[in-house]
Amino acid sequence: MQNGTREANMKNCLVVDDSKVIRKVARHILESLNIRVSEACDGRDALNQCQNAEHDVVLLDWNMPVMSGMEFLQQLSSINVARPKVIFCTTENGLGHIRAALDAGADEYVMKPFDRDILESKLQQVGVI
Amino acid sequence: MLEAGLTPAMRVLADLLESRTGQKLSEARRWRIETSLKPVLKAHRLSSLDSLAAAIIADAGGALAQAAVDALLNNETCFFRDAQLFRMVADDLFPALMAADGRGRRERTLHLWCAGCSTGQEAYSLAMLFRTHQDRWPDWRLRITATDISAEAIGRARQGLFSQNEVQRGLPINELLRWFEPSGDQWRIDPSLREMIDFRAANLFDERPPAHPYAAVFCRNVLLYFSGERKSRLLDILSRALDSGGYLLLGAGETVIGQRSQFVASHQFRGVYERIGAPLFDPVI
Ligand SMILES: C[S@@+](CC[C@H](N)C(=O)[O-])C[C@H]1O[C@@H](n2cnc3c(N)ncnc32)[C@H](O)[C@@H]1O
Repeated sequence: MQNGTREANMKNCLVVDDSKVIRKVARHILESLNIRVSEACDGRDALNQCQNAEHDVVLLDWNMPVMSGMEFLQQLSSINVARPKVIFCTTENGLGHIRAALDAGADEYVMKPFDRDILESKLQQVGVI
Repeated sequence: MLEAGLTPAMRVLADLLESRTGQKLSEARRWRIETSLKPVLKAHRLSSLDSLAAAIIADAGGALAQAAVDALLNNETCFFRDAQLFRMVADDLFPALMAADGRGRRERTLHLWCAGCSTGQEAYSLAMLFRTHQDRWPDWRLRITATDISAEAIGRARQGLFSQNEVQRGLPINELLRWFEPSGDQWRIDPSLREMIDFRAANLFDERPPAHPYAAVFCRNVLLYFSGERKSRLLDILSRALDSGGYLLLGAGETVIGQRSQFVASHQFRGVYERIGAPLFDPVI
């Protein structure tokens, strides 16, 4: 019973990245922070998943085939779900990209490479942990 | 006992650290002592801890001893470490300090001391916080004295250059955009923040604390490895540096309880200690 409650209180994170390795590393870290993880390999896949289930936070790569992180973010507001927090997580480390991401509605921004401390800090910034 | 399990060379290094800084070699550090000292060994072309210890004994006042001490100190820090505390500082502590009678009020300048400031993130966080809310106190200034025994850490703090890794720990992205410029693969903090801070390499156990009665002293995550007797001495020193009614802020989990009673837990601010009694500060002329 208690375990069930804890499970129910767990936060959900959708990790969106075309790199399997990055998804795996992120999953490992997020699970160690007691966050439930699902994965998407591009923006389109992510949009579909957001339509079907609620997420507390999306960890979002920028450059991906099929649909980029930016396009995903622009289309996210048009789907009818509780808006998850969005943390960009990308190798695009210039000021221009960071500003564009925030203007488009991103809540936080991680410059790759990242580690556990960084993800933990950013999840705290957006209030997920 | 801490002593158990130390090789003679480790004993020399632990004694050196304690005599210079008052810090005990932490358990965690003991396990990683060789990793921590590897850069020092390499720079001085030494092959082992034994040869390092021998070289230090031969030249105890020298640069090698200083480098070894620096490498053994725990410089761990980040921006806005313990975010809740910083919110409290902006919302409650700064206004209370400005309302208090004292020299600061006459000068409209808040004087703070960051004691054990490492590479500067704590002092810069306070400066950012003060400036972000400057419209709440338009005619006030903030001056921070920030000291650390590690000359290397102070050198980095003064430069105001932080790695990509460092600016992503504790610092909200909007603060990065507002206060930092990219510089190569690092980030340079706004020089106007640097100008609010006087960074100095100094031992906390120096005869005199850096001049000024301070409205508040931040001495966070520094007491951790001091022995009880050292802690009392340090609290004496910090209390002498404070305005009466000034505040002492420690790290989460640090306390003055069980130590001397120049400080009482503040009723107003959680985890903050208030300096009681007459001012002890003797101005440096
Ligand atoms: C763990 S850091 C804490 C930094 C910062 N206050 C914070 O909370 O993030 C502790 C710092 O205390 C410094 N320190 C240790 N002993 C000292 C001494 N005797 N005098 C001055 N600084 C000292 C170390 O060099 C180190 O940078």
